[in-house]
Amino acid sequence: MFVRGELEKIEQKVLRGERLTREDGLELFACHELSWLGALADSVRKKICGDAVYYNVNCHVNLTNICAARCKFCAFGRDADNRRAYAMTLDDAIDLVTEASRDPHLTGLHIVSGLHPTWSFDHYVEFVETLHKKFPALHVKGFTGVEIQHFANISGLSVEEVLTRLKAAGLQSIAGGGAEILSERVRNLLCPKKATADQWLNVARIAHRLGIKSNASMLYGHIETLAERVDHLIRLRALQDETGGFQTFICFPFLPKNTALERDIKQTSMWDDLRTIAIARLMLDNFPNIKAYWVMLTVPVAQVALSFGANDIDGTIHRENILHDAGATSPRSLAENEIIRIIREAGRVPVATGGNA
Amino acid sequence: MNSLQSAHEKISSGQRLERDEILALYDENDLLYLAESARRVKEAKTGKKVFYTVNRHINLTNVCNANCPLCAFQCQSGDNRAFTLELADIAKILSLVPCPQSLSEIHIVSSLHPAKDFAYYLDAVKLVKKILPHVGINAFTPVEIVNFSKISGKTVAEVLHDLIDAGVTSLAGGGAEILSDRVREIICPKKCSASQWLEVMRTAHGLGLRTNASIMYGHVETVAERVDHLLKLRALQDDTGGFQAMMLFPFHPANTELGKRFNLRRVGSWEDLKMLALTRLTLDNFAHVKAFWIMLTLPIAQLALSFGADDLDGTLGEEKIIHAAGAAGSSITRGALTKLISETGYTPVERDSFYREAI
Repeated sequence: MFVRGELEKIEQKVLRGERLTREDGLELFACHELSWLGALADSVRKKICGDAVYYNVNCHVNLTNICAARCKFCAFGRDADNRRAYAMTLDDAIDLVTEASRDPHLTGLHIVSGLHPTWSFDHYVEFVETLHKKFPALHVKGFTGVEIQHFANISGLSVEEVLTRLKAAGLQSIAGGGAEILSERVRNLLCPKKATADQWLNVARIAHRLGIKSNASMLYGHIETLAERVDHLIRLRALQDETGGFQTFICFPFLPKNTALERDIKQTSMWDDLRTIAIARLMLDNFPNIKAYWVMLTVPVAQVALSFGANDIDGTIHRENILHDAGATSPRSLAENEIIRIIREAGRVPVATGGNA
Repeated sequence: MNSLQSAHEKISSGQRLERDEILALYDENDLLYLAESARRVKEAKTGKKVFYTVNRHINLTNVCNANCPLCAFQCQSGDNRAFTLELADIAKILSLVPCPQSLSEIHIVSSLHPAKDFAYYLDAVKLVKKILPHVGINAFTPVEIVNFSKISGKTVAEVLHDLIDAGVTSLAGGGAEILSDRVREIICPKKCSASQWLEVMRTAHGLGLRTNASIMYGHVETVAERVDHLLKLRALQDDTGGFQAMMLFPFHPANTELGKRFNLRRVGSWEDLKMLALTRLTLDNFAHVKAFWIMLTLPIAQLALSFGADDLDGTLGEEKIIHAAGAAGSSITRGALTKLISETGYTPVERDSFYREAI
């Protein structure tokens, strides 16, 4: 198209379907050619995903915000004695999903929660079992690699045993969160009390081996370097080469409000958000889907992201909690017809997924 | 060769686009192709520069007898939202400007007050000129000019002469909405007609006044009417060369009669960026296209720099008209604005009313 030098070489590689290197990734983050970058990512998206844009009618279930990890980038986690701490009972969870089920299109649950300091693994299993029995038609996506590792730690079971039990209880896929930045430097500074980078990757590897699909994510825009973003993408790509078990990659721009980092770090710009999505699409050549998560990006940015390589816009959500504690300005839920309108305006074809994306 | 092919060909060879080609590009809906092409046009015109200005908006009054269904700002006198600034109020507002010597433009746009005479508006301009003699006064849309002509019995040229004498240095670009009388009949039946709007601009340019131009889209107009609107502006610019910047206003339906009547939603960011790029490609004889951040929001305005815009407007003081229709955000510091521009790889350039670089 309209670029020269290194960028033109990268463009040629992409058009030939060649894999991009770490240096290419760094080059892309250093360039200011945003619309070029978007167009290139969009051409890859067309090849890999076609014109469908996936969304789902889902319900987020956050069982508790009481958390032993208390990561610095989190505005959701709380100590047990905090005034706004909560922990759902089985009935609370059933009530929430019953309420969301009034929408006959509801297809899936997304269960992600704090690392409750006193709950046993059995208790988490009970939630999955109960919800699955009560709502057998709903796809149950639940727990991040961080939670799975936590279950292994508190139960004394292996990660494989934990996953096998959850699967038997009704878990069908694993959420993509908790990857943050897969770098020990960053994790030691921001989230030292939770799964390490290797542990997170290991959970995904074992899950994939057991036939459980999972998502992957990246939380960026805090203290990480651009090189750490590129390395993060490359680690995910390497594991995907091995297992093929990742379905969707999700970019999470860090929302600083109400977190321990609020004073030092400003929220990313739309510019950064869009280039990061585009670069993710270009680097992750073996990922089927790239999601523009509207809660974090806001609806207008998520819509534009559909031309920067994204082919999934997440779901209706029912009631979002985690990011709204961090000052997310988007609504807490989105009507299905609004999602469809956003996708159609972008000239694409809305396709509801069964809740597993 | 069909219209789309010829559009692509003309874009790559830098030729002027015709109506059917613009419509074909709209339908093709290839957002990033439009972006990339528009950005090249922008860079050919203004290189790596992105302009902004340190300005203040003054809305003299919101009492209006036009009652346009598209507007959330206007009200009747006696309404508890009604306000009308007297000279003392204006003096007070200007005395509160923190750093008046750094200000380069005052932008004055108001409603059509049913009881104020032309002298009121002239006095307001004279007062601004007296207090801030170094500042450019970008004031009044053609809709207001036609109204001044009506209430004063003077011709448009005489009105413009009086305003120039009082201190107006350029005309505002608003009130164009969609230059189609079919559309105006629905969205602003009591405002000046499409041809009157264009005629005021032609006269102003003839008198040496530079002006801006605008489009308000996303209500009851068709895509073809948007394109015809742009072509009317382009034709006039061919004649006069007096337009400086083009501005795009997405319609904000909240609190408007029009929004209620037609159950309108604000168009998406996709449509905003697509219209911006198409406008940059169509208006080959306009030097500047402005991303009016207050309407687009800052994030989209920043992105607009990759879609052909080369001006982010100003740091503003209080803006009332668009906020009455539910837009968020109010003012921004110079530092924040320049940082936003720098992040895109462009060079922030502070400008005055005439796109001269501030020293």
